[in-house]
Amino acid sequence: MAAILTLSEVSKTFQTGKEQLVILHDINLEIAQGSTVAIVGPSGSGKTTLLGLCAGLDRASSGSVTLDGHILNDKTEDQLAQIRNQSVGFIFQNFQLLPTLTALENVMIPLELAGITNPRKQATELLEKVGLGHRLQHYPSQLSGGEQQRVSLARAFGNNPRILFADEPTGNLDSETSEKVIRLLFDLNKEAGTTLVLVTHDMDLAARTGRIIRIKGGNIISDTE
Amino acid sequence: MKGTWLLQMAWRDSRRNPSRLLLFLASVILGIAALVSIYSVGENLNRQIEEQAATLLGADQEWITNRPFTPDEHQVADSLAEDISEEWSFASMVMFPKNEGTRLTQIRALAGQYPYYGQLETTPENAQAFLQSGKKALVDHNLLLQFDVQVGDSVRVGEVTFEIAGALQQAPGQTGIVATVAPIVYIPLQYLEETGLNQKGSRISYRYFLKLNKPEEADQLAEKLSDHWTHNEISIRTIKDQKESTGRMFKNLTNFLGLAGFVALLLGCIGVASSVHLYIREKFNAIAVLRCLGVTSWQAFLIFLIQIALMGLVGSMIGAALGTILQGLLPKLIADFVPFELKSTLSPFAILQGILLGVCVSVLFSLSSLLSIRKIAPLNVFRIQAEDKPGDNDPLRWWVYGGIVLFIVLFSYLQLGDWPTAFSFSIGVMVSFLLLAGVAALLVRLVKRYFPSNWGFVARQGLANLYRPNNQTLTMIVALGLGTMLISTLVNSRNVLMNEITASGGTDGNRPNMILFDIQDNQLEDLKKHISDAGLRTLQSVPIVNMRLEKVNGLTYTKAKEDSTESIRSGLFSREYRVTYRDSLLSSEKLAAGEWIGNYTPSTGLIPVSMEEEFARRNGLKLNDTLVFNVQGMPVTTQLRSLREVDWRGMQTNFILLFPKGILEKAPKFHVIATYLPTLEESARFQQYLVKNFPNISIVDLNLILSTLDKVTEKIGFVVRFMALFSLLSGLIVLLGAIISSKYQRVKESVLLRTIGASRSQILWINGLEYFYLGAMSSITGIGLSLIAGYLLAKFSFEAKMVVQFWPLAAVFLGITAITVIIGLINSREVVTKSPLEVLRQENG
Repeated sequence: MAAILTLSEVSKTFQTGKEQLVILHDINLEIAQGSTVAIVGPSGSGKTTLLGLCAGLDRASSGSVTLDGHILNDKTEDQLAQIRNQSVGFIFQNFQLLPTLTALENVMIPLELAGITNPRKQATELLEKVGLGHRLQHYPSQLSGGEQQRVSLARAFGNNPRILFADEPTGNLDSETSEKVIRLLFDLNKEAGTTLVLVTHDMDLAARTGRIIRIKGGNIISDTE
Repeated sequence: MKGTWLLQMAWRDSRRNPSRLLLFLASVILGIAALVSIYSVGENLNRQIEEQAATLLGADQEWITNRPFTPDEHQVADSLAEDISEEWSFASMVMFPKNEGTRLTQIRALAGQYPYYGQLETTPENAQAFLQSGKKALVDHNLLLQFDVQVGDSVRVGEVTFEIAGALQQAPGQTGIVATVAPIVYIPLQYLEETGLNQKGSRISYRYFLKLNKPEEADQLAEKLSDHWTHNEISIRTIKDQKESTGRMFKNLTNFLGLAGFVALLLGCIGVASSVHLYIREKFNAIAVLRCLGVTSWQAFLIFLIQIALMGLVGSMIGAALGTILQGLLPKLIADFVPFELKSTLSPFAILQGILLGVCVSVLFSLSSLLSIRKIAPLNVFRIQAEDKPGDNDPLRWWVYGGIVLFIVLFSYLQLGDWPTAFSFSIGVMVSFLLLAGVAALLVRLVKRYFPSNWGFVARQGLANLYRPNNQTLTMIVALGLGTMLISTLVNSRNVLMNEITASGGTDGNRPNMILFDIQDNQLEDLKKHISDAGLRTLQSVPIVNMRLEKVNGLTYTKAKEDSTESIRSGLFSREYRVTYRDSLLSSEKLAAGEWIGNYTPSTGLIPVSMEEEFARRNGLKLNDTLVFNVQGMPVTTQLRSLREVDWRGMQTNFILLFPKGILEKAPKFHVIATYLPTLEESARFQQYLVKNFPNISIVDLNLILSTLDKVTEKIGFVVRFMALFSLLSGLIVLLGAIISSKYQRVKESVLLRTIGASRSQILWINGLEYFYLGAMSSITGIGLSLIAGYLLAKFSFEAKMVVQFWPLAAVFLGITAITVIIGLINSREVVTKSPLEVLRQENG
C-alpha cells in the first residue's frame, strides 16, 4: 500500500541558551495508508516532537517529511494550515476544545474551513454518532472529560481526514472512560479508513494498533508489526 | 464565505467573555463620552454664534473711539443708518444709599433704542424702556444681590441718584465672568453731565451703535470707512467681526476641553491595550488549536481584529450616547464664559466623529497585541516555544507604534489647528506618559530591590503581590498616576497664581491695598487731608498727564501706516498715553538701558523720557529716538534716554512712559493716590466717604480684586478640574479592569493561603495592602511629577515663585489611595467570604 507519511533523515534540534538540544536523530519512517501505528516511548523520548513533525505542526531541522504527497519542508505556514484542514485530524490529551464554542460549533470549525455546504447538519450527525446528540449546545466546561474527548473525536473525523494523529488520547481519562473512547476511536477509524498514528506510553493501547514504533532518546529503537 | 465565517467566529468567541468585554468597553466609553460631549457643545456653540451673532453685537455696526465723535463723524453715521444709539462707558464707583454699599462698576450711559437685535435681559422684563423716562438705572443683578438692594431702591452714580428700574440679567455680548469683574450699570446718557463724572482725564469709551439702512453692506462699509478714516482712531466692528472673535474665543475653549477629553481617551487606550494584551495571552492555546485545525495565521488575526473592532464600535456607540447626554451638563459648566444661553441639541456629526474615533483607537491600540497572534504556532498546543515568544521581534510592531504617534499628532493638529502647537502637545503627552511609566517602573524596581524582608508576613505578601506573573502594576500606576498628576498640577498652579496675587498685594501697612484714581487737581489736597485725618497714610501720590504721540524721528502716523517695512508700529500713534513725572525710580523698576534723568533743565538738551523696555521693543523704539508728544494741544519734543524693566504685578502705580520733573507740573492732569486700610470696616467707611464727597473718584480695592480673582480662577479651575476628572475616571476604569482580569490568579493565591491556614482577615489585609501600595505608588508618582510640572509652569509660564501647599496634595494622595483600596476590596470580597472549594468550582465553571 502507498505510504501516506514518509520521514527521511529527519532531525530536530532546539537552541536553549548556548546549548543545542538534539531531540530527534536522523529518523527514517514510512507509514502506509490505512494503517494504525503506535509511537511509544518514555517521557522525554521525543515522541510528541515526532508527532508534531509528522502532522506538519513543526518543521524539521534537517531531512524531509512528506505527508499525503506534500513535501512539508517547502510549504509556508498557511499552506501547512490548508493541508492540516484537508488531510489531518487531531486528538489531544487535554481535548483542546475551544472553551468559548459549544460542542456543535467546535465540530463545525474544520467543516466550515473546508467550505462544506451544510456543516451544521454534518456536525450534528457526527456528534450523534459519538453519542452526544443531546449535548450539542453545551460548552466544554459543561461536559465531562470523556464527553469532551468524544467531541474531539467528532471534530477530528469531521473532514474525513486521510490521517489522524492522537497524542495520548486517554491520558486525562479514567480507565472506564478511556476504554469507551478508544473503542469509539478505533470504530470510527475503521469506518473512515483513516490512517491512525497514536502516541502513547500505554502499551495495552499500543498493542491494539497494527504497528508499534518505539522511540528512545530521539532514536527509533524498534519498529514491529 | 470566509469573510462570513470570520465574523461568525469573532462573535462566537466573544459571547463567553462578558467581564472582559465590559472592561474593554468601559475604557473606550468614558473617553469617547468626554469627546462627543465636547464636540457636541462645540457644534452647538458654533451654530448658536452663527445664529446669535447679531444679538451679541446688538447692532449692524459698532463704532468705538476714546474721544467724543465729531459732528462730521456723526453726519456720516446719520447718512448710513436708519437709527443710531450712543453709549459712553467708563469705570466708576456707585453707592447704594440703602446701606451705603459702594462698588467699582462699569457705567454705560446710553441714548437710543440699542440693542437693535436681541435685548437687554432684565427683571422685570422690558425694564430698559424705563431708561427713557427719567432718572432710572439698570443694575447688574449680582450687584443687587451682593448689596441686598431691590428694584425700586436707588443707586448713586456721581452726583445723581437714580431709581433702580430693573435688574440687568444679561447685556449683549456680556459673559458671567466679565460681569463678576466689572458689573454693569446702565443710565440714560442725558444725565451723564449731571453726574459730574465726565471730566478731563476720565477714561471714557465712546460708542455708536448703528442700525444701517443696508445691513447687508455692513462689512464693505466698515472697510471703506476704515480706509477713509486712517487717522480717526475709530474702530469699527460688524456682526461678522463679532462672530469671528466670539468663535475664536470658544474655539480655544473647546480645543482645550477637547484636548483634555483626548487625554482621558488616551488613558482609556492604555486600558484597551492592556486588557487586549491579557485577553490575547489567554487565547493563546485556543489560537494554537485553531491553527491545528487549519486556520491560517491571518485568519486567526482577523477573527480577533474583528472582535476588537466590533467591541470598539459598541463601546463608541455607548460612549457617544453617554456623551450626548453629558453635553447637557457642559453648558452649565461653561455658562459663565458664554455670552448667551447655550442650548443643547443632538449633533449627528459629533456622534459620528466620536464613533469613528473610538473604533480607530480601539483597533490602533490593540494592534500590537493582535499582531502577536500571527506568530502563534500550532505546535503551541503542546508547549510554549521557550526560545522565541510570539511577536517579540515583529518589525510590524514598530509600524504600529509609529501609527500611534502619527495618530496623536494628527488628532492634536485637528484640535489645535497648527503644526508647531500640535507637535508640542503631542510631545508633551508622550513625554508625560513615558515619564509616568519611567517613574513607575523605577519605583517598582526600587521596591523590588530594597524589598523589606523584615516586615510582617501580611505586609510583605501585599507588596509581593504587585510582582505576581502577568501583573499590571505598571499600567495601573500610569493610569492612576496621570489623573493624579493632572489634578495636583491644577492645585499647584492655582496656589502659585493666588500666592503671586496675594504677595504682590501685601498685608502690611507699607504696601497699598487701595488705589484711588481720577482725582482732579483741585481735589488732591482735600483728599490727602482726609486721609491724614482718618489716621491713614498716603503711600503714593502720582500725577497723571494725558498725551498723544505725534511723531517718532519725524515719522507720523500716516507714514508709519503706509510703509509696511517701517519698524515703528502705527498703533503707537493711535493710543492715549497716561504719563507721570518723577525724579526717581520705584522699587518695581530697574534701569535696563540708557541713562535715567530725573530732573529736567534746559541744559539737559531735549526732554529725556524713559520707556518700559518690553513696550519699546515691541513697537520698534530704541534709545535716543526723538518723540514728539501732543500734550493737550501743545507739542513737546522729547528724547528716549532710558529703558526700564518694570514688575507690573505689584500694587504700585507703574507707567510705560516717564517724564522727569520740571516739565509737566503745569499741564492739565489728574492724580492717583495709593493708601493702605488695615480693616474691612475702615475700607468700607472710607469708600462710602469718598463716593459721597468725591463721586468722580474711582477706587480699586485689593480685597475686592483678590476675591474677584479667586472667584474667576475658581470658575476656570472648576471647568479644568471637571475635565481632569475624566482622566481620573479613566484611570479608575483601567484599575478596575486590571483587578478583574487578575481575579482568577488572586483567587488561586488566596485559596492556597486559606488552604494552608491563613485567616479571612489576613487575606483581606493582604489584598487591602496590595491596593494601598498601588494607590500610594500611583499618587506619589502623580504628585511627584505634578511638582515638577508645577515648578516648570511657575518658572517659565507664570514667572512666579513655586508654592507648595501640603494639605491639598495630602488630600489628593489620601483620596486616590482610598479609592483604589475601596475598589480593590469590593472586587475581592468573594475571595475572602466564600470557601476555597466553592470559589475554585465557581472560577472553573
